[in-house]
Amino acid sequence: MSSPLLTQVGALAQRSIMRTARQPASAIPPLIFPVALLLMNSGGLKASTELPGFPTDSFFAFALAVPFIQGALFSTMNAGTDLARDIQTGFFSRLSLTPVRGSALLAGQITGIVVLGIVQAVFYISVGLLLGVRFASGPAGIALLLVYAALVAVGFGALGSFLALRTGSGESIQGLFPVLFVFLFISSMNTPRDLIAVPWFHFLASINPVSYLIECVRSLIITGWDARALALGFSIAIVLAILALIAASWALSRRMERT
Amino acid sequence: MRLWGVVSGVAWRTLKNVITTPSLLLPSLMFPLFFFVAFAGGLSQVQNVPGFDYPNGYTAFQFVFVLLQSAAFGGVFTGFGVARDFEGGFARRLMLASPNRTGIVIGYGLAAILRWCITATLLTVIALASGMKVGGGPVDLIGLYTLALIINICGFFWSAGIAMRLRTLQAGPLMQMPVFLLLFLAPVYVPLALLGGAMHAVAKFNPITYALGTGRGLLAGDATQVGLSFGLALALALVFSVWALRGLRSAEAAG
Repeated sequence: MSSPLLTQVGALAQRSIMRTARQPASAIPPLIFPVALLLMNSGGLKASTELPGFPTDSFFAFALAVPFIQGALFSTMNAGTDLARDIQTGFFSRLSLTPVRGSALLAGQITGIVVLGIVQAVFYISVGLLLGVRFASGPAGIALLLVYAALVAVGFGALGSFLALRTGSGESIQGLFPVLFVFLFISSMNTPRDLIAVPWFHFLASINPVSYLIECVRSLIITGWDARALALGFSIAIVLAILALIAASWALSRRMERT
Repeated sequence: MRLWGVVSGVAWRTLKNVITTPSLLLPSLMFPLFFFVAFAGGLSQVQNVPGFDYPNGYTAFQFVFVLLQSAAFGGVFTGFGVARDFEGGFARRLMLASPNRTGIVIGYGLAAILRWCITATLLTVIALASGMKVGGGPVDLIGLYTLALIINICGFFWSAGIAMRLRTLQAGPLMQMPVFLLLFLAPVYVPLALLGGAMHAVAKFNPITYALGTGRGLLAGDATQVGLSFGLALALALVFSVWALRGLRSAEAAG
């Protein structure tokens, strides 16, 4: 007799959250590292706010959007590494012998990542407010930002789960980290797209979905309510979440067949 | 002869390991190239900021940073290898078999230099192919690469000292984070004069700031503070060599 789906999801989500909370090496870097990079880049690139057309006079406010997406990349790695560890240690195999549904396993894992994503977002917002950033979209914009962070965490968490279920190796997931980082750096993270002068870089940044994920957050911080940026950001986040969930579900069913 | 036998043996083994293992070779080659592309391409408009006065353009400006960064991390990555050898027990057998244990450290150091030479060559070729302007003459360029080489040695001695004290790969963040911070608390994106506030105050006391300034000057053929930069870099190399050799003694004492 299987327990209700929600109970299963709750138990697995709690396990996912507790596991992250108990490992400082997993919990702290997604909080500290993006903020450290933000502070260093803000100091180093402050002068670029003097460029004609730069949208704000605070580079810190401009770059505050980046940790949200960088933190989500860390979530991908965390989700993938944790699930891969479950596969490598045999926990996944033992779990598949119990009445727990496959969908509960995936949902529980991703719920844990979403909670971590929201904690990260609250941390970044707090750092921004403490250092004097005034969110142009106001409290409603901050609330929307939390919803967006949760949505992005679903997408990246499912992506990490998919990779883990396909490879079954934590080392392989770690090896993919630089690849994910390329998407971050070849984007509009440090310069507005219309100020990128090198044509090939401008092209790559324009076809890189990460640019639009960042610009959505940025619009809430420095512009206010920019319908186009919000529509693009949310659309990409929703499509990413749907595709990653489909891929992860497919990989899960394949993994279950083999187990 | 006893020393050279150990040095060449350790260096050859370390280098062979790196070259034949893609997961070790590729990150040290790809990361500098990736940073170069991201910074030189994505931030090229920064050269239009009022007060930005580097004559050779933003590609050359960033090339020097990435060259020094690749040098420092080439050393640090070799330190990872030292930690891995201790973790796996190989280093203990190596110490038993070596007639001169100082040669072990020098051997790893030589491997760090040779490993970085591969990265530096690739980086230079790509920078030149992408149109980097070089204003300095042969002597200036030799000076630039020598400065980077000293920083490579500093990075290696620093990380080897930690690796031999802690003897575990888990010390990896401790090896690379301070180096990462030191590099990024220097004028990476703009000259020192354009840095503001706390960043300017910190960068003024960072030795990497002077190495960067001189390196950029050498590439442009208009170097300043050459004595100070080389003096600081050599002093750091000396301090960290003592740090590494004392680390070796610590490893010996631990058995």
